[in-house]
Amino acid sequence: MTTIEPVPVVSPERPRRSFADGLRNGLPKLVLAPSFAIILVFVYGFILWTVYLSFTTSKMMPIYRWGGFDAYFRLWSQPNWYVAMQNLAIFGVLYIGICIAIGLFIAILMDQRIRAEGVLRPIFLYPMALSFVVTGTAWKWFLNPGLGLENTMHNLGWASFKFDWLVNPNMAIYTVVIAGVWQASGFVMAMFLAGLRGIDGEMIKAAQIDGASTVAIYRRIIIPLLRPVFLSAFIVLAHMAIKSYDLVIALTGGGPGNATELPSTFMYSYTFNRNQMAVGSASAVMMLMGITAIIVPYLYSELREKNQ
Amino acid sequence: MSGATETVSAGSARTARYFIYAALIVLALVYLLPLYVMLTTSLKSLDEIRGGDMLALPKDPSVAAWVKAWGEACIGVSCVGIKGYFWNSLKMVVPAVAISTLLGALNGYVLTKWRFPGHKIVFGMMLFACFIPFQAVLIPMARLLGAAGLSNSTAGLVFVHVVYGLGFTTLFFRNYYEAFPDELVKAAMIDGAGFFRIFWRIMLPTSGPIIVVTVIYQFTNIWNDFLFGVSFSSGEASPMTVALNNLVSSSTGVKEYNVDMAAAVFAALPTLFVYVVAGRYFVRGLMAGAVKG
Repeated sequence: MTTIEPVPVVSPERPRRSFADGLRNGLPKLVLAPSFAIILVFVYGFILWTVYLSFTTSKMMPIYRWGGFDAYFRLWSQPNWYVAMQNLAIFGVLYIGICIAIGLFIAILMDQRIRAEGVLRPIFLYPMALSFVVTGTAWKWFLNPGLGLENTMHNLGWASFKFDWLVNPNMAIYTVVIAGVWQASGFVMAMFLAGLRGIDGEMIKAAQIDGASTVAIYRRIIIPLLRPVFLSAFIVLAHMAIKSYDLVIALTGGGPGNATELPSTFMYSYTFNRNQMAVGSASAVMMLMGITAIIVPYLYSELREKNQ
Repeated sequence: MSGATETVSAGSARTARYFIYAALIVLALVYLLPLYVMLTTSLKSLDEIRGGDMLALPKDPSVAAWVKAWGEACIGVSCVGIKGYFWNSLKMVVPAVAISTLLGALNGYVLTKWRFPGHKIVFGMMLFACFIPFQAVLIPMARLLGAAGLSNSTAGLVFVHVVYGLGFTTLFFRNYYEAFPDELVKAAMIDGAGFFRIFWRIMLPTSGPIIVVTVIYQFTNIWNDFLFGVSFSSGEASPMTVALNNLVSSSTGVKEYNVDMAAAVFAALPTLFVYVVAGRYFVRGLMAGAVKG
């Protein structure tokens, strides 16, 4: 590395060293810089752009004329937006709740030293590999009132069986829940299973020796220990629920009527189909605020815990 | 304690085990049902679908619907099947996965082994970018792609997927390299190895598992994407998911359920294949995205 040079009176090495050092110090930042710049511009810059658009009077094309809170007033006076918010509440609560309940239930069953675990686990998980569009297409067919489940039940001899949720405006949102749960619950199961495998067996053995029943052990010891998994599952599912778009489009197209409108479909149709870009932007900002309220405290605590 | 209670508990333990297996088998069948129905429907004729039972096996299995979905089905006005869209997706996925994975590896390397003041804020900002609803960047991105002449092109979609995949790939590699011993990197530095030399010779050769996880995660995410595809492309430049949705939701002509299902199978095949081949890594990737370390 170091070559021995004839040393002059004043060492000329110093500026060269510092230049090399500077390069060596700067290189990592130089490598990271493009990625960071991309995120800065295309994530944060674009978010600001969208926020700005929501304060303009944009219709079909962006117009940069200040419109104040007009778009927000119009957003919150749209009956459609209330339908979307209500649907998101129904979908979100049921989707998160049922996914966690079923995921935990299957994970507990799978944790009983099951023989065929290697066969069963992939069966519960494969829906997660599918596109929401594929899931929506498959369930649309499965729940088809004429030829799907209803017809099958009739063939089995249950003539009065009626299942028209897909075309029933009052029930259609629940078909979105069913398909969503089918797709994500296996993944929640995997999260819980990993959590269960991480629990110290000694504590459970001690409880068993004390005569605690299996149910009591799960209720009093194991489930409380799984709290971090509940939190992670909640965060993942909540942010998936707010972002859900493809599933609704493929399954119901937002209908019948506007029965399965969600904020995501609302944003898309107001921006690109109904020429109300400012209102669409305002709805996107509302979605962003919803996700931020969930994610930021979580990321903050995660990164801080890591620090200690 | 006493013999009697022991046999009772052994008996009830056995019933409990029967219950567990029965419940798991029923649940597994429920999870498999939509896939089963999708596959069998795609192998039936239209008459059999209309007259028969969804759950029945095809009487006379035929791949006619598959052939039609691949090469003849009408999407929009062109009746050339989904094969073109399948290739569109593939041409989009491969470069997008490769570029975002490589950049993620470099970022993770810098953020763990060449830390600088503020590295935490940089990482936090990249992490948050993983979670934003894409609706919040949709309009500006549409404007930008339009201005750059990239709308309705595969290159535009590759760019979009690289940009919004960077957060995840960086997260994966950062968490993996975090556990990589600093001493090895320091020793290499003392031996005179530079930034890139350490990356190529020391970090990358040990990154096999995380590369697999990242590639699988990115592949499934980008292949399955619908929102970007439908927003930034149309007609023959669309990716597979958009074409599938157009095919299934079109209301003109006779509804050919078997062709719809065959097209859905085509859309599902690549990700299912990846999942079957590397399922273990697939789960790990999902978990890494969910539970940050």
